[in-house]
Amino acid sequence: MQLKTVHTPHVPVRYFEAGNGLPLLFLHGAGGLVAGDPFFAKLAGKYHVYAPLLPGYGDSEECHELRDMLDFTLHTWDVVDALALKKPIIVGHSMGGMIAAEMAAIAPHDVDRLGLIAPAGLWLDNHPIPDLFATMPYDFPKLLFHNVEAGAALFTAGVAFDDPEWLKSFLVSNARQLGMAGKILFPIPERGLSARLYRIRAKTILVWGDSDKLISPIYAEAFKKGIKGAELVAIPEAGHMVTIEKPDQVLAALGRLG
Amino acid sequence: MKFTWFNLMPWPYLPDDFREKNHSVWVDIDQNLFDPVKSHEVYNTYLDLMEYAGTLGFDGIGCNEHHQNGYGLMPSPNLIAAALARRTKDVAIVVLGNSIALYNPPVRVAEEFAMLDCISGGRLVAGFPVGTSMDTNFCYGQIPALTREKYQEAHDLIMRAWHEREPFAFNGRYTKLRHVNIWPRPIQQPNPPIHIPGGGSVETYDFCLDNTYSYSYLSFSGYIRAKALMSGYWERVAQRNTADHSPYRAGFAQTILVADTDAEAERLYKEHVLYFYNRCLHVYPGFADAPGYRTIKTIQSGALSQYAPPKGYADVTWAELNEGGHVIAGSPETVRQKMEELAKSLHVGNIFCLMHVGNMPKEKCMYSTQLFAEKVMPKLRNVFPDYADDDRFWCKPIAKRVTPGNLPAERDLAALNASH
Repeated sequence: MQLKTVHTPHVPVRYFEAGNGLPLLFLHGAGGLVAGDPFFAKLAGKYHVYAPLLPGYGDSEECHELRDMLDFTLHTWDVVDALALKKPIIVGHSMGGMIAAEMAAIAPHDVDRLGLIAPAGLWLDNHPIPDLFATMPYDFPKLLFHNVEAGAALFTAGVAFDDPEWLKSFLVSNARQLGMAGKILFPIPERGLSARLYRIRAKTILVWGDSDKLISPIYAEAFKKGIKGAELVAIPEAGHMVTIEKPDQVLAALGRLG
Repeated sequence: MKFTWFNLMPWPYLPDDFREKNHSVWVDIDQNLFDPVKSHEVYNTYLDLMEYAGTLGFDGIGCNEHHQNGYGLMPSPNLIAAALARRTKDVAIVVLGNSIALYNPPVRVAEEFAMLDCISGGRLVAGFPVGTSMDTNFCYGQIPALTREKYQEAHDLIMRAWHEREPFAFNGRYTKLRHVNIWPRPIQQPNPPIHIPGGGSVETYDFCLDNTYSYSYLSFSGYIRAKALMSGYWERVAQRNTADHSPYRAGFAQTILVADTDAEAERLYKEHVLYFYNRCLHVYPGFADAPGYRTIKTIQSGALSQYAPPKGYADVTWAELNEGGHVIAGSPETVRQKMEELAKSLHVGNIFCLMHVGNMPKEKCMYSTQLFAEKVMPKLRNVFPDYADDDRFWCKPIAKRVTPGNLPAERDLAALNASH
């Protein structure tokens, strides 16, 4: 798993690359992606994976020119072009799933295979998605994991709120990462995708943890309804971070894309 | 020194166990705690108190903008200012201010401030805050990382709307208008004085210095803790070789309570001060600072949001609030000394006097206000004699102002016919 840089017209983009096989573009969620991510490692065991960081994530440069959904979508296509990928499998988790779906809707002839893992992008009034931006760090595990205790242990490793320097660096990375994510997720994580889903022509697999408390599995049905021929793989005993809790099952589900 | 009597307009009926039983005083505060019928008296009492301060020699009376907030009942400060404009005479009307990124289109602010300036005869002091994260992001839905860009654009549009004398087109990123041509425009030319509330970012310091705006630090943590931030401002003023260091380039908000003696101040005001810090500042920390709202530079400067103080105010005591300078309370002489220390140590000429606190009843508020006006304010007038003539940051009313409510008692038929 190597962290590299590729240049797009707007900004240098950092991306992880590993593995052999069919090219697969993996788009991370609002929490970002770090070296050693177990799901990335699983993917790399089967595919040639490219996982670009959204500007502002990790150590990557911010990009103030990216403001709205169209900017994010076209930027990610710019990354595909810069990496010289031809019709990669596109897989996105959560916010990354929202971007992946938008990419497939805006350029339906360029995406044949699409994997959406608990994607954001739709809004159902009767099933409001919790306000990620008003959630305190210690409340995240409840929203993200089926096994809250194990999730909390992962989440709080290295946390030191009493240390002002740690707190400052935490707040800076939050501002960079969630600040960027907020451009498409705040205050409601919906930017009109429902009206564009019909354009998607890719074979689409939806993957959802049964006990997702952030984006309820009810949303899976809404995506399924909107994307012609989409298949749903529901994974028991997994929350929103299904990629961490059940990586093998997610990998197997994506395998159905061929 | 310029003294502005300021009222946040808190809801005075938050229950004793508010902090224990409620999530937050702001954003998602319990609807059941608001009683519209009781608010009739609350609003009118608060307006009466502001008008009262206007008769005692304060330079200004001030209000601000908050939304869905149990300690700030002014979602529209301009409505309050309009009511005051009619019922006060000479005092400045300080609207601190309109969160300009929230008005759609922002020319609405140019128009309403112009109306206030015209109705009041040029008594408007205008403020342009970015707004707190609670107001701007969580209540009004602005995207945190884009708020400042939108604010900047709104500012540029408002200033052009005030300054230009021909209709113009404005092709902004957030606002597109084919025909900008506000009618009316303000009495004060080229524009009313502008005060910018800020929280310690260098960008805001520079914005004020570039435009000759006064920088205001509206804090609830008092003058002692404000020293670091205000020093940062004055260092920036020096770094940029600014022509002068006028104290009127800066303003500061301070809770002030006066009684005959220090002991009487504690006896009279303690419960209201604790009501404010304990209940009114019970803000859920998740609403204090949406990621992306503050710039990276500001976070790196180490300034934490005042709405998420590390220890909170749950168990704070009267003594701690006094020793910490959150509150300046006591006899006229105690208050005078501390106010002089405040003005000199922060080098600020504009003081926003928070003299109504929490659930304070009107009698106590009037008592404290009168003592301050009569026994403290006169002794502080000349703290900055070198800058006595600096009027750049204050309003300039027209000399000949009308008296409102001055219709003739009976219709004068001769005048009626003559007017044809």
